[in-house]
Amino acid sequence: LAPWIPVVGLEIHAQISSNSKLFSGSQVQFAAPPNSLVSFFDASLPGTLPVLNRRCVEAAVMTGLALNCSINKKSLFDRKHYFYADLPAGYQITQQRVPIAVNGSLSYSLCIDNKMSQMVTKTVRIKQIQLEQDSGKSLHDDTRSQTLVDLNRAGVGLMEVVMEPDMCCGEEAAAAVRELQLILQTLGSSQAVMAEGQLRVDANVSVHHPGEPYGVRTEVKNINSIRFLAKAVDYEIQRQIEELENGGTILNETRAFDSKLGCTVPMRDKEGKQDYRFMPEPNLPPLILYDAKSLPANMNHQQVINIDWIHERLPDLPSVKREKLVEQYGILPEHSFTLLNEDGLAEFFESVTKQTQMKPKKVIGWILNDLLSYLKQHSLTVKESPVSSFLLADLLNLLEKKEISSTAAKQVLAELWKGEGKTPLEIVKEQKLELLQDQKELEQICQAVIDGQENE
Amino acid sequence: QKVSVEVLDHLEHLALVDFRDSEGVERLQKAIEFADQLHEVNTDGVEPMDSVLEDRCLYLREDDVTEGNCTKELLENAREKVEEYFVAPPGNIPLPKMDEQETFLKGS
Repeated sequence: LAPWIPVVGLEIHAQISSNSKLFSGSQVQFAAPPNSLVSFFDASLPGTLPVLNRRCVEAAVMTGLALNCSINKKSLFDRKHYFYADLPAGYQITQQRVPIAVNGSLSYSLCIDNKMSQMVTKTVRIKQIQLEQDSGKSLHDDTRSQTLVDLNRAGVGLMEVVMEPDMCCGEEAAAAVRELQLILQTLGSSQAVMAEGQLRVDANVSVHHPGEPYGVRTEVKNINSIRFLAKAVDYEIQRQIEELENGGTILNETRAFDSKLGCTVPMRDKEGKQDYRFMPEPNLPPLILYDAKSLPANMNHQQVINIDWIHERLPDLPSVKREKLVEQYGILPEHSFTLLNEDGLAEFFESVTKQTQMKPKKVIGWILNDLLSYLKQHSLTVKESPVSSFLLADLLNLLEKKEISSTAAKQVLAELWKGEGKTPLEIVKEQKLELLQDQKELEQICQAVIDGQENE
Repeated sequence: QKVSVEVLDHLEHLALVDFRDSEGVERLQKAIEFADQLHEVNTDGVEPMDSVLEDRCLYLREDDVTEGNCTKELLENAREKVEEYFVAPPGNIPLPKMDEQETFLKGS
């Protein structure tokens, strides 16, 4: 049997973190009474016009720069037409011809064979990033055969990030998306929480034999978490391979991932190939961005976006943060991954290290093995930890000064988790966990034990 | 060069227009011929202009919340509503295929 090469590409929609929408001044907020965050433009009432939100453009430029893209100094807006109840205008304003950023790359890491100690770095090319409007939300009421439409989300700014088909399996797709999520959160351009629909991923999957042209691809939608992304992609690869090996064919269709059954199913409501009738958005001139060289002298600052100014102010990206942690504290690369993977954990670790004499290489063990596993067991975030960095540092100092053994330290930590407000020293005294350093006292105890034995 | 029945049917589905009778189709045909005159101009090496706004400055708005909170007004336009939601049919109702509809194009 000839081997199969799976090919996976991703289209990711990230909701821009902004106060107001892309082309109107209504608020962006997750849970709100239906249709309360909707302006006349969002509802597509006649006589309304789009007005571009500066913050959304800055978010897209930041993201493009972080992903090593070329920023197009002139980009254009287009209309993509299709009919659906949650798209009141009958078209979406997007950037089909000339998007704001193109030709970037994203590096991500994978563990080989599930061993954290063997990590390999991969790269996926970013085809483009475009600004576009989000649609409203449809709630399907099958019992009454109707759809309820809430336009609160209609018009919210999105960055669509298109990743080239450089990935080959669910694990790679998941790792790439995870890294993108961390980058977006670090930049602040999107909060990228998948559970709240701020990050939506569609996967394009196909398989072919080496040396042959790419196979027909399917699009997989309705993926609600990074874990499900890996499952959906791997399932679809298997499904296609089985189908082809049984003499079947793959249809160029859209499929939905059913998380309960763990499989992909054809999506209803797809009336053949869509003709979107793309046309230039007639109400918006081209979007012009500047850099230090091309900055116009006499323009209102508020109307000018300077790419170089934004570039200078980019925060340290996750990959840079990891390198700094490894260099500064002497921890292993895989440790830096875990630290950044958990919100607030890196800061917690650094805080403890500052407050204790224990070497960072030893502190990291307590953070990753004891603290993190406890938090995981009780589904707590770092922010919700009953043990503060101060308390942990205090405990580690006792251990470092050899006032207690490491077994005793674990006991104290278990007690600290109860969050009863006691200090490590108080618990040590309560439970009599102090290490005895006095030679004479030790001799007395040993003698007493031996004497006790002799009497039996 | 006449516009084929398939293209006309496709246009009716996409744009939800109804050509209604031969006069409507004739009018479309004439409009296309009129626009085709553009092909007589040599545009080699010329950057297409797709908007008369191309030299205008695209105004950038500050990221402030200035609109919204008009649920009642918006819902006044709705024929049907349920607890402040707009009501729509369960999905797109596709136009019947050419053979099934009462369209003029059937006879073509």
